[in-house]
Amino acid sequence: MTYTSLSLTLIFVLIPLVLSKTFKLGLEKDTIIATIRSIIQLLAVGYILNFVFDVGSIIYIFLMVALMIVAATLNARKKGKGIKGITWKIVFTLVMVEIVTQGVLLGFNIVPTTAQYIIPISGMLIGNSMVLSILFLNRFTAEITSHENEIELILSLGGTPKQAIHRQLINAIKASMIPTIESQKTIGLVQLPGMMSGQIIGGADPIQAVQFQLLIIFALLTTATLSSIMIGFLSYPALFNERLQLLEVE
Amino acid sequence: MTTIYEPAIHLQQVSFSVKDKAILKSITGSFPKGKITTLVGPSGAGKTTLLKMCNGLLSPTDGLILIDNQTITTYEPTTLRKHVGIALQAAPMIAGTVFDNLALPLTLQGKKLTQQDAIQYLLDVGLDASFLHRATNELSGGQRQKVSIARTLINQSSILLLDEITSALDRQSVQDIEALIVSLNKNYNVTIIWITHNLQQALSIGHYTWVMMDGELIETGESSLLKAPTNPRVAEFIQGVNA
Repeated sequence: MTYTSLSLTLIFVLIPLVLSKTFKLGLEKDTIIATIRSIIQLLAVGYILNFVFDVGSIIYIFLMVALMIVAATLNARKKGKGIKGITWKIVFTLVMVEIVTQGVLLGFNIVPTTAQYIIPISGMLIGNSMVLSILFLNRFTAEITSHENEIELILSLGGTPKQAIHRQLINAIKASMIPTIESQKTIGLVQLPGMMSGQIIGGADPIQAVQFQLLIIFALLTTATLSSIMIGFLSYPALFNERLQLLEVE
Repeated sequence: MTTIYEPAIHLQQVSFSVKDKAILKSITGSFPKGKITTLVGPSGAGKTTLLKMCNGLLSPTDGLILIDNQTITTYEPTTLRKHVGIALQAAPMIAGTVFDNLALPLTLQGKKLTQQDAIQYLLDVGLDASFLHRATNELSGGQRQKVSIARTLINQSSILLLDEITSALDRQSVQDIEALIVSLNKNYNVTIIWITHNLQQALSIGHYTWVMMDGELIETGESSLLKAPTNPRVAEFIQGVNA
C-alpha cells in the first residue's frame, strides 16, 4: 500500500468527525487524539519491529515483550486501584500467561523461535489478557459493592474471606470470559479475525492463515482462563485485613 | 454499669472513626454475662457499629474490647464470630432456599444440617416446615427476619447480638421472638445484646439498658432507668419516642 492510498483512508476518520459534529456527540477531540495516537504509536512500532527483526537478538525480543507487559499493566491497573498491590498482581499474571503460552508454542516447535513470530503472538495474547483483566476487575469490584451485605453475612457467621467472596469471584471470572468464548463461537461466520484477514490480504494461503488463526484462538482460551483466575485468586485476599474484615473497595 | 455480674463483653474507651468522622467516642462499659442488655438510642447513635465490633466485623480505631475477659484480638476471627453470633439488621440472605440459608453456618464449617433440625429451627421462630424449600426472594420482610434469627441460632453462640430483629414483624411475631430469646437466655444462659427502637420491649425483656446518642454512651443501668432517666438528654429522647 502506498502512503497516498493510506492517506485516503483518513476519509474513515472524517466520516465520524462530521457525524459527531452534526449530531453534537462531542467526540471530535477524542477522535482526533485517538487518530493521531494510533498513527504515531503504530508507525513507531513498525520501525521498532523492523529494527528488532533485522537484529534478531533475543534481548530485543525480551525487551519488546516486557514493554508490552508494562503498557498492559498500566492500563489494566486503573480498574483495580482499590486493591492493594494490584500492579504486581497484574504483572505476575501477564508474565505467567506469556510463559505458559510461549512455553507451549516454542517448546513444541509449533512456531519458530524468531522475533517475527514471538512478538506479534505475544502482543495478541498479552493484549487479550489485559482486556480480560480489565473486564474481571470491573465486574469483581461491582459484584463486591452490590453484594457487600452477603459477604458481611458469611463473615459474621464465621466464614473465611474465600468462602465470603466465592460467589462474587466466580461470577466475575465467568463474566470476564464470556466475550472470548462467545466470539469464538461465531468466528469465521460473523467475522474474519484480524490476523487471518491480514495474512490473506498480504497474499498468504487462506488455509495457512486459518491454521495460524486457530493457533491464536486456542491460545486465547488459555490466556482468558489463566488471566481471570489468576487475577481473581491473587486479588481477593487483598480485600480483607488480618482480622478478616472486608476493606472498602473504590 | 456497676454490677456484680461477670462481663461477657467489656469495652474500655472504645472509639471508632471513618475518614476523621467519629462514629463511637470513647465508650466504656460492660454487657453482663447471661443477661439481656438492650441498646437504645436514636438512629446514627453508633449502636450497629458497636455490635459489629463485638462480632469482629469492625475493629476499634482506639480502645480495647474484652470477650469473656480475653482481648478480642487474641481470638481467631472465625472462632470469635461463632462464639459471638450476630443477626444483622438487613437480614441479608444468600441466593437459594430457606434451607440453604439455615444450613449456611454449618456449610461454612464443612458440616451438614439435617432437614429435621432445620424444621425445628423454623418452628422455633414461628415458621412452619412449608417454608423450608421456599426461595428467599419470595419471603416477606418479616419472614426474612425470622429466617435470619433462626440462622443465627444454628452456631449456638454463647453471646447473641441482635440488631433490630423485630422491626418488620407483626405484634404476634414480635411476642413469639421475644419469648424465644428470653427462653434462650433463661435455659441456655445465652448473653443477649439487643438493639431495639421499641422502648416497651427494652423494658419488658431487658435486664439492662444502654442508651447511646451521637456515638456516646449516655446512660446505663437496669432497664427500669427508661422509666426514670437521670440524664436530661435521655429523658428528652424517651419523651420523643413515647410522644
